[in-house]
Amino acid sequence: MNKNAEMLKRLTTPGGVSGFESPAAQAAAREFKPLADTVQHDRNGSVVATKFATSRKRGKKAPLLLIDAHVDEIGLIVTRIEDDGMLRIAQIGGFDQRVLPSQEVIVHARRPLRGIIGSKPVHLLTPEERAAVDKLEDLYVDVGLPASSVRRLVQVGDYMSMAPWFHELRNGFYAGKAMDDRTGVAAQILMLEALKGRQHTWDVACVAATQEEYGGYGASTCAFRLAPDAAIALDVTQGQAPGLSEDETFPMGKGPCIAVGPNIHPGIYDRLCKAAKAEELPYSIEPVPGVTGTDAGPIQVTRHGVPTGLVSIPLRYMHTSVETVAMLDIERTGRLLARFVVDMEGPEKLRE
Amino acid sequence: MQLLRQLSETHGVAGNEKAVRDLIWSEIKTRVDSKEVDAMGNLIVTKKGRKSRPRIMLAAHMDEVGLMVVNIDKQGMLKFRAVGGLDERALLSKHVLVGKDKTPGVIGAKPVHLIWRREEEMKRPPKTDELHIDIGASSKEDAEKQVKIGDYAMFDTEYASLGPTIKGKAFDDRIGCALLVELLKKPLPVTVHAAFTVQEEVGLRGARIAAFRIEPDIAIVLEGTAAGDFPEKRDLSKAAMIGKGPVITIMDRTVICDRKLVDLAIACAKKARIPFQLKRPGVGGTDAGRIHMTKAGSRTLVISVACRYVHSPASIASKADIRNAGRLVSAVLKAL
Amino acid sequence: MKELLKKLTEVYGPSGNEGPVLHILQKELKGHVDSMKIDVLGNLIVTKGRGKPRVMLAAHADEIGVAVTHIDKNGFLRFTNVGGLRPVNMLGHRVRFQNGTLGTIGEEKRDSLKDELKLEKMYIDIGARDKAEAAKRVAVGDMGCFVQPFVDTGSRLIAKAFDDRVGCAIVVEALKRMRKPACSIFAVFTAQEEVGVRGARTAAYGIKPDVAVAVDITGTGDTPESRTMAVGLGKGPAIKVMDGGMLASPQVKEALIAAAKRLRIPYQLEVLIGGTTDAWGIQVTLEGIPSGVISIPTRYAHTPSEMVDARDVENCVRLLVEYVRSL
Repeated sequence: MNKNAEMLKRLTTPGGVSGFESPAAQAAAREFKPLADTVQHDRNGSVVATKFATSRKRGKKAPLLLIDAHVDEIGLIVTRIEDDGMLRIAQIGGFDQRVLPSQEVIVHARRPLRGIIGSKPVHLLTPEERAAVDKLEDLYVDVGLPASSVRRLVQVGDYMSMAPWFHELRNGFYAGKAMDDRTGVAAQILMLEALKGRQHTWDVACVAATQEEYGGYGASTCAFRLAPDAAIALDVTQGQAPGLSEDETFPMGKGPCIAVGPNIHPGIYDRLCKAAKAEELPYSIEPVPGVTGTDAGPIQVTRHGVPTGLVSIPLRYMHTSVETVAMLDIERTGRLLARFVVDMEGPEKLRE
Repeated sequence: MQLLRQLSETHGVAGNEKAVRDLIWSEIKTRVDSKEVDAMGNLIVTKKGRKSRPRIMLAAHMDEVGLMVVNIDKQGMLKFRAVGGLDERALLSKHVLVGKDKTPGVIGAKPVHLIWRREEEMKRPPKTDELHIDIGASSKEDAEKQVKIGDYAMFDTEYASLGPTIKGKAFDDRIGCALLVELLKKPLPVTVHAAFTVQEEVGLRGARIAAFRIEPDIAIVLEGTAAGDFPEKRDLSKAAMIGKGPVITIMDRTVICDRKLVDLAIACAKKARIPFQLKRPGVGGTDAGRIHMTKAGSRTLVISVACRYVHSPASIASKADIRNAGRLVSAVLKAL
Repeated sequence: MKELLKKLTEVYGPSGNEGPVLHILQKELKGHVDSMKIDVLGNLIVTKGRGKPRVMLAAHADEIGVAVTHIDKNGFLRFTNVGGLRPVNMLGHRVRFQNGTLGTIGEEKRDSLKDELKLEKMYIDIGARDKAEAAKRVAVGDMGCFVQPFVDTGSRLIAKAFDDRVGCAIVVEALKRMRKPACSIFAVFTAQEEVGVRGARTAAYGIKPDVAVAVDITGTGDTPESRTMAVGLGKGPAIKVMDGGMLASPQVKEALIAAAKRLRIPYQLEVLIGGTTDAWGIQVTLEGIPSGVISIPTRYAHTPSEMVDARDVENCVRLLVEYVRSL
């Protein structure tokens, strides 16, 4: 595996379920450290890595660009411990319910426990039951321990993440859990690397935000505190795959998607497209007729409003344990952002 | 009404309100004391009145529901999605104008001759993803000479006077915009911070940041609201009727209006002999839903004009209602 | 405290009409707090103590109810819901309006009992003979709430609107017991929780607290063939981990657990599927306010006969007092 794939693996394998992001946030902070001037954890668990404007060293006050990617991932939580030690579960965020049976999970209990999501064996199912997707209340997690040990180690409210698989597929495609949205964090890191030695007049705050998938407040509260002059959210979007309409999906490995629509400031959109062209990068336009379901939504309406853009990386099998991305798209996103930052003029230019 | 004609015929789908904003600004620029266009495109102006307290925000939204091009297929047909809560049944077989250059197009679907045997398809309105905009392009490349993915499209609807009523598009909420412009042209009893807001139709988004800036004690939202005066035999809850006066909101899905302000508006209407109606409680939502919850909160009132067929290519409203809504807002301002 | 619970649950107070509830609370708190005010959205904000940190306690004063949308020619009232009302819990029940007008709830003929019961097919009968008579007693927009007497079965209590008058009573009792708090307490009896957590947000913005705790009810999993929820009546206060809107802030959750352990009172951890509380609205305010919830296990929530356990209520008071003392 190449260097960037190793980095993506380090980012995606730690658990970072919404509300319990600490392991993933720490992994992100470690990657940011050598590349940023300051790295902080805010009171909501988000990591903020700031690279100061090079013009700042000449004593100029710099405007602030917030670049957001969410560090949390979807997961499960214990709702009840049955008498036989089986764990009843609820979702934190929305897994595709069809993928849950027979998944391997890590239960973050007093010590991490490996578990399997169990359900009624297929032999005992009626034909109707076979045809239907298991209901969440019929599923349970089996940690393979006697009930007394389970009671000692596990309590209601303990969370679970998918087992940390990370696979290299052909042609620079990678599959694993939590690609949504650690690929965005990876793009932030690649951007910081690409900014090394280049002049820019904006301070850049990379935020690895908590609670995008549940609660939805890491990015909005962090944006409120930082009060940026402009912002870009990085997230994933639906990649093209067999059986999906081309109206709503985007090609894999053909570059990042730049969103346009009410949620997006036209000046940011134009500058992102210009940066892509200047870097000779392929990109897709992602039209979003309403509010995007990303951190760009809350960030745009923070305080008096923030000019906001959205760059998305196409991803297949969203909200499963085998989310698949093309490394090339992540690398291009990093380059695109670096160029955007370098080319930014004063914030007043964003006014029409 | 000349202004309302211009406002109605101007395109301003949510996220693309610039043309409406420019038109409004050209009307009021000599009549107001300060101006701000914020990060999302809200136009916020202040006009001084005889007194400065309480701090009053008046709001009307500039945006309208419409369409956005999301893909261009091989044949050069434009696939689209609705921006805001458009009435899907009203889409088929309409004239539209696409993009900055206002390229004309028609909304097409499978012709009736080819589906008449398949009864199920005839019984339901076609879904948005079964429709397309045809601009006469010969291929994808040809279409791309005129149109880009992400372009907005809007119905090509002409404004007209029908005697006591008017017809046109986007009365929700260009009527509110027109009322607010007219108000700003007159001397005011109290200083007003007027917000012509963006993106109401996609989640009350502009009003939220406008209210954050203005921080009002009292906010009055001027709206176009759905009229329900179609033939209805049953004696049930009704939406407002056109011609029966401005509509006062008690509660909708987004706000429970301040009861003292509601009572004040009713008293003002009675005193000035302005007809009025109460909006059916529990339905709809307006910018007031965000404004009253911004920062530490504000007291809000919503005054609307009933419009038939809102969120479709053409609506109908009453001239008398519009006049009376203007009178009612003036009376309330005087009484505050 | 049962006296207070009886008063608070029997009083009228649907969302936006919290006045009568606040009136009782103000009388009850007089002499026990430093200041009281009602803000523009109708929240009652009470302060006690000075110093750090600034802690916000929230219990919502409103309850679910109905709002009149139409009076027909025979004097029947059509209505809409105020908050999360289930039609199946309404038939045959009585509602009361602020001026005391009482009505019973009926439904149109159903073709089959299997057909879903819908609010649009139900009406309120206030015994008026025609529209004119009805219009003298109610107007479109007037709100009503359920009518049910408070019942003390000994260990358990039944009433309407325990959601969230039991929370209000717990906060009142805790304020009385906290004689000289070392921190600044802002207790808010919030308006309009049931229609979308509205009052708590504006109150939190105005107060700018360092930390917040909501006191509200939660469901249980201890009734026949109920949902798979670990919370039960009589097993102590429930400390929220997660609900339909939020994940409780870990530091608040842990501090509440520690407080319960110090008191040696039973407690339960709560994961609620669906539903949320004022804490959700407070948590996302400003730069983010660490927020948690003390939940009172409650059966039959959002029906006219909600049930709580008296010991749970007492233990919630003790837990709240101990938590605030430890700040």
